[in-house]
Amino acid sequence: MTPRVHSVRNPDAMYSGRMVAQVGAEVRMRLRHGETLLLALGIPVILLVFFSTVDVLPTDVAADDPVDFLAPGILALAVMSTAMVSLGIATGFERQYLVLKRLGTTPLGRPALLAAKTAAVLVVEVVQVVVLVVVARLLGWSPDGRPLVAAAALLLGTVAFAGLGLLMAGTLKAEVTLAAANGLYLVLLLLGGMVVPLAELPAPLRAVARVLPAAALSDAMHGALSAAGTVPGRAWAVLAAWAVLAPLAAARTFKWE
Amino acid sequence: MPAIDVASLVVRYGDVVAVDGVSFTAEAGEIVALLGPNGAGKTSTVETLEGYRRPAGGTVRVLGLDPAAAADRRALLPRIGVMLQRGGVYPSMHAVDAVRLFASYYADPLDPADVLARVGLTGRAARTPWRRLSGGEQQRLALALALVGRPAVAFLDEPTAGVDPHGRVAIRSVVRSLRDEGVCVLLTTHELEEAERVADRVVIVDHGRVVAAGTPASLMAGDARGNGVRFGAPPAIDVAALGARLGAPVVEVQPGEYRVEAASTPQLVADLTAWLAERDLPLADLRAGRHTLEDVFLRLTGGPS
Repeated sequence: MTPRVHSVRNPDAMYSGRMVAQVGAEVRMRLRHGETLLLALGIPVILLVFFSTVDVLPTDVAADDPVDFLAPGILALAVMSTAMVSLGIATGFERQYLVLKRLGTTPLGRPALLAAKTAAVLVVEVVQVVVLVVVARLLGWSPDGRPLVAAAALLLGTVAFAGLGLLMAGTLKAEVTLAAANGLYLVLLLLGGMVVPLAELPAPLRAVARVLPAAALSDAMHGALSAAGTVPGRAWAVLAAWAVLAPLAAARTFKWE
Repeated sequence: MPAIDVASLVVRYGDVVAVDGVSFTAEAGEIVALLGPNGAGKTSTVETLEGYRRPAGGTVRVLGLDPAAAADRRALLPRIGVMLQRGGVYPSMHAVDAVRLFASYYADPLDPADVLARVGLTGRAARTPWRRLSGGEQQRLALALALVGRPAVAFLDEPTAGVDPHGRVAIRSVVRSLRDEGVCVLLTTHELEEAERVADRVVIVDHGRVVAAGTPASLMAGDARGNGVRFGAPPAIDVAALGARLGAPVVEVQPGEYRVEAASTPQLVADLTAWLAERDLPLADLRAGRHTLEDVFLRLTGGPS
């Protein structure tokens, strides 16, 4: 450990090496956690299988194959669980345990840390989408419409939900973030048109649900994966608004320690 | 150029002045301890050097760079190692994975297995999630993460706080070996023994100010005042009369304990014992010259004298 003049070999190679290591570490931590796996895959698969095979959904939905209604909504739910709940809770604890503070004095840097977290979320989401699409197909789902538009909606939803997760993680205590993220998850699941169709909600509740990001994302998914493949403009507008406002609020209020 | 240069540093939190004009330097190959009671401003000083806080006044330089300036900071971060007072590791991460991950941040890191062996985290401890390690093991892992990137300057905030005696020995030995390899080590502690055992130089801070600085030996030798004679005798003896006889002020620092504010010459000691003998006063204790660092510390930081 003699002091030496660092001849940094290749800054770009160094940067990408760091990123690969950081993304790998973040993904491994997510996938090694039992509760994260339950949230990322367990709950969506259980909901998908249960409501596809048990006849409890409203008749107008059940008239068609229920899985055709469920699959797009469950994909939206999967994104919400990873981008908002998992990311928010993990980041909250990393802040509390001063991991974020400590990383601030490594050469990793905050932009790279943020990029690595984003990449880790996307990797987990890809795993979720693959598993859920396979399960839905096994349940008889015949996807229609425009998958690329659906992917774009999921990306936009990821930005919005990640913003909400980081908004909680950056301002609340870790235990409060844990409770708030799980609570919000349940509320948005029920008001998100993911399992219970929005049409089934009482009108005032439906009005509230319409401006929430969960319903906007599931609307967009239902639209994109329907035969017509068209997404209502309102869904895009609501989703885009959340995708701008939530990360902005998170960035403005985030306390690193 | 010193590795660490702090000049008239002021750090404020709102209206509270945490650091009030601290100055000191530290060189490569030197262990400097910031010693002071809790709340003295040690962590605020170190965290300013690490770039976490911006000075409200004065300047700090690490390896000639300004940690608060973005471009300097980018150049500095690959060359410093940091150990926070607590935490700093992903709670679910195994020690070995944490060291590997941190190694990936640096251009020319040490071998992760060697680093873990050096801090004494091997076998089960290397494969245990951070949150299930003991306090001492967590500190040793934090130390491993601070040194894996071959830093030129290491900042260790209370590295042995809450660590068992065995772990302390391991940590001290690593700190000394860093110094021997030419690293500048700045550590903080509120424990005198720790500073005395490990530091080449000690900077004593209290209420945000430097109250003394020097090698442990020079601090213990003390200034003329600290170099006085201490003795024990029955309480409430006539210190004015004794002072007149000795030609130096005598204070009763606490009932039955006295200090003569003069250099401890043999003549002074002889006069003192003679004065006591004339009055048939028993002498309970007599100490002259070298003080322990504890005496110096307590005197300077306003504890019991």
